[in-house]
Amino acid sequence: MSDGRSAPAVAEAAALQTRGPDAVPVELSINGVTHELRIEPRVSLLDALRERLDLTGTKKGCDQGTCGACTVWVDGRRVLACLTLAMVCEGHEVTTIEGLASGEELHPMQRAFLDHDAFQCGYCTAGQIMSAVALLEEGHASSDAEIAEWMSGNICRCAAYPNIRAAVREVRDGQRGGASAAG
Amino acid sequence: MQPVSYARATDVTSAIATVSADPESAFLAGGTTEVDLLRQDVVRPKRLVDINALPLTEIEDLPGGGLRIGALARMSDVAEAPGVVERFPVISQALVLGASAQLRHMASMGGNLLQRVRCSYFRDIASPCNKRVPGTGCSALEGINRGHAVLGTSDHCIATHPSDLAVALMALDAVVHTDGPSGHRAIGIDDFFLLPGDTPHIEHPLQHGELVVSIEVPPTPVARRSLYLKVRDRESYEFALASVAVALRVEGGRVGEVRLALGGVATKPWRARQAERELLGQPAERASFARAAAAEMAAAVPRGMNAFKVELAQRAMVRALEQATRMGGAA
Repeated sequence: MSDGRSAPAVAEAAALQTRGPDAVPVELSINGVTHELRIEPRVSLLDALRERLDLTGTKKGCDQGTCGACTVWVDGRRVLACLTLAMVCEGHEVTTIEGLASGEELHPMQRAFLDHDAFQCGYCTAGQIMSAVALLEEGHASSDAEIAEWMSGNICRCAAYPNIRAAVREVRDGQRGGASAAG
Repeated sequence: MQPVSYARATDVTSAIATVSADPESAFLAGGTTEVDLLRQDVVRPKRLVDINALPLTEIEDLPGGGLRIGALARMSDVAEAPGVVERFPVISQALVLGASAQLRHMASMGGNLLQRVRCSYFRDIASPCNKRVPGTGCSALEGINRGHAVLGTSDHCIATHPSDLAVALMALDAVVHTDGPSGHRAIGIDDFFLLPGDTPHIEHPLQHGELVVSIEVPPTPVARRSLYLKVRDRESYEFALASVAVALRVEGGRVGEVRLALGGVATKPWRARQAERELLGQPAERASFARAAAAEMAAAVPRGMNAFKVELAQRAMVRALEQATRMGGAA
């Protein structure tokens, strides 16, 4: 194929700079604040947030990408912090539940979760809220069925789903009314 | 999870050079399978080469009606690309029905094709598994095998290939483009996935350090009338028990052109060629669909708990063909 890189070019390419496996300096931007920390490359974003930066709002549920409790945003997109290595986030902006409120003023989705009693034990709630705000940004909340499908990555073992959907609907409809719910 | 070092690549050539020069290095893309398997010590590279910054994210509508998808385009972006939704709905639907919204933002297209099997014995390092440690035996043959394959199996491995995307691409004769230490290659999708045979640890014809750079889908007018049907234990965020990718053109009440592929029931994304042959020229109705589906599954080898898949796959094929027929009628 003519558009390929030639084998000699690969042979001549310099090997990339390697960091670790011991702890190395890493700079992470979280909720608009730059943090310098020393971590091993194997450290997940979730563990860096909770164990190194005391940002414990993000929860560890399964630690294998099946429950959604660790949902955060990287560059504004909802992702799972347990399956993301912290070093991969260098140069990107991380947003956690701690970054959602404006000072003492709760984000409309946080307010709606309280108003609709959208939790029992509360362990999944941070992930649910981070996912729900992103869901509205993504535009997949037109019906209860669509909300259920696009929130399926966030498991609630207390089964507060009807109330979670009610909270999402309220913020969605508030947005239609013109109120801003930008995160 | 054992210690691992990290390097970030900014150009394809350096990424390939770094991995191909070191047997203990591995590429890291979205990480949705790899980080999980690292943590369970199922895969044990000493160095990860982060390829997320490589310029391989473009989704291009090609002149003539084809499609080229960069290997690092994310599942969520490809699923919503207008050219994909309009001209290849089966790809869009297969992507949206896979994983969760969070995982679809993370997972890359190349990584999706290279994802490892969900067999619980493969993922448990205490269990014998020919795929993880060749020669140790297959625990699933006599074990918990409800989710396992009935087509393309061997006495060495019956793990189901987990990708939905790959099933859609198989129906569309996609081509996987790679760059590697020996230069560029174009690999037909059917050749990209290997049957387990007696070497289930070899899943793809890739050299160490060879990198998937793009996926090309040839112009396929029939794909405008295509769909993906996925049957599973729960309605969302679950792997398929049986799935069907179908594209169908009906002419004068008969099957004029058909593409059919199966997921959830085979050791690789499964092109249902036997069923396609049976369908061509036949009346586009339930009886012909059922005959073709039965012909495809005649070669199935059930193993205890997964015997239900032989019937389930046939019903799924019939339903998908009926849905596609109704779409064709509305065209």
